[in-house]
Amino acid sequence: MEEPTTNDRTLDANAVAGMLEALFGADMTAADSRCAACGREGQVGTLLAYTTAPGIVLRCPACSAVMLRMVETPRGTLVEAKGVAYLRISR
Amino acid sequence: MATITGIRDETPRVRSYTLGLPSWTPHRPGQHYDVRLTAADGYSVQRSYSIASGPEKEGEIEVTVERVVDGEVSPFLHDVAIVGDRIEVRGPIGGYFVWETTSGGPLLLIAGGSGIVPLMAMIRHRAATASRVPTRLLYSSRAPDDIIYANELRDLTARADGLEVVHTLTRSQPAGWTGYARRIDDAMLSEVRRPLGDAPLVYICGPTSLVEGAANGLVRIGVPAQRIRTERFGPSGK
Repeated sequence: MEEPTTNDRTLDANAVAGMLEALFGADMTAADSRCAACGREGQVGTLLAYTTAPGIVLRCPACSAVMLRMVETPRGTLVEAKGVAYLRISR
Repeated sequence: MATITGIRDETPRVRSYTLGLPSWTPHRPGQHYDVRLTAADGYSVQRSYSIASGPEKEGEIEVTVERVVDGEVSPFLHDVAIVGDRIEVRGPIGGYFVWETTSGGPLLLIAGGSGIVPLMAMIRHRAATASRVPTRLLYSSRAPDDIIYANELRDLTARADGLEVVHTLTRSQPAGWTGYARRIDDAMLSEVRRPLGDAPLVYICGPTSLVEGAANGLVRIGVPAQRIRTERFGPSGK
């Protein structure tokens, strides 16, 4: 398994919990997820967050693949989720 | 909107703010609030601050804020905000990095600097509910003056209800100091973890480098990775 490339600006997805909650209408850090690249399953809170780019990138902590990308644009919030096999939001 | 109802110095660089919340809902220890500041020209900036108080305090929360050099929100809170000011907040937020008495234990909390804040909410909640979950806090600070909540931690430890606090002082130590005086390493993690058994429930919060070092070290000494929850808060303020 490839070691994820982290640096001292790496955060946990918990750091963007507010933005995720605004987007999805529910707390997402406790939601289950599966990485489309390596199949790792884990709560969204376990994903690594990179917030210093113009948008927000969430990566798999096992294989470093990009799972979710979100960026605020003048026309709206763009969410790219092709790196996520599924998200399960608990009731 | 929240109203600042109290400001208290914790250390030379750290202050606690009591925020009165008209639409207060009980939080879960470890959760945070997002604070948004908006300038007259519409420029706005947002930061997340962990809740330091337990959910037992109704109608208000306490956040503890370290003044970040070149920061945008913490210098405002430290230098400009006064009691009575209203600030825009949203929360409580986050359902992952949380501990309640029902989450069980034994509990190993590891903090670097102001990473103590969400862990303090857990410790205060534990005390307020008279929980006796065996709990050890390993708390890394640079110098004695940098220890946040030093007196309260000492008082809580004196209750002898299963809470123990182990300090490490990485930069300067008081005369006669017999505790740890180095950064967290595997030997330290092993010694602090031992009384809690092989698989304590672990919460680590602090600068990213400390969090990753401690989390990787715990996995190396055999703590199951799925028992470890982390909250990295970025570069340490050097």
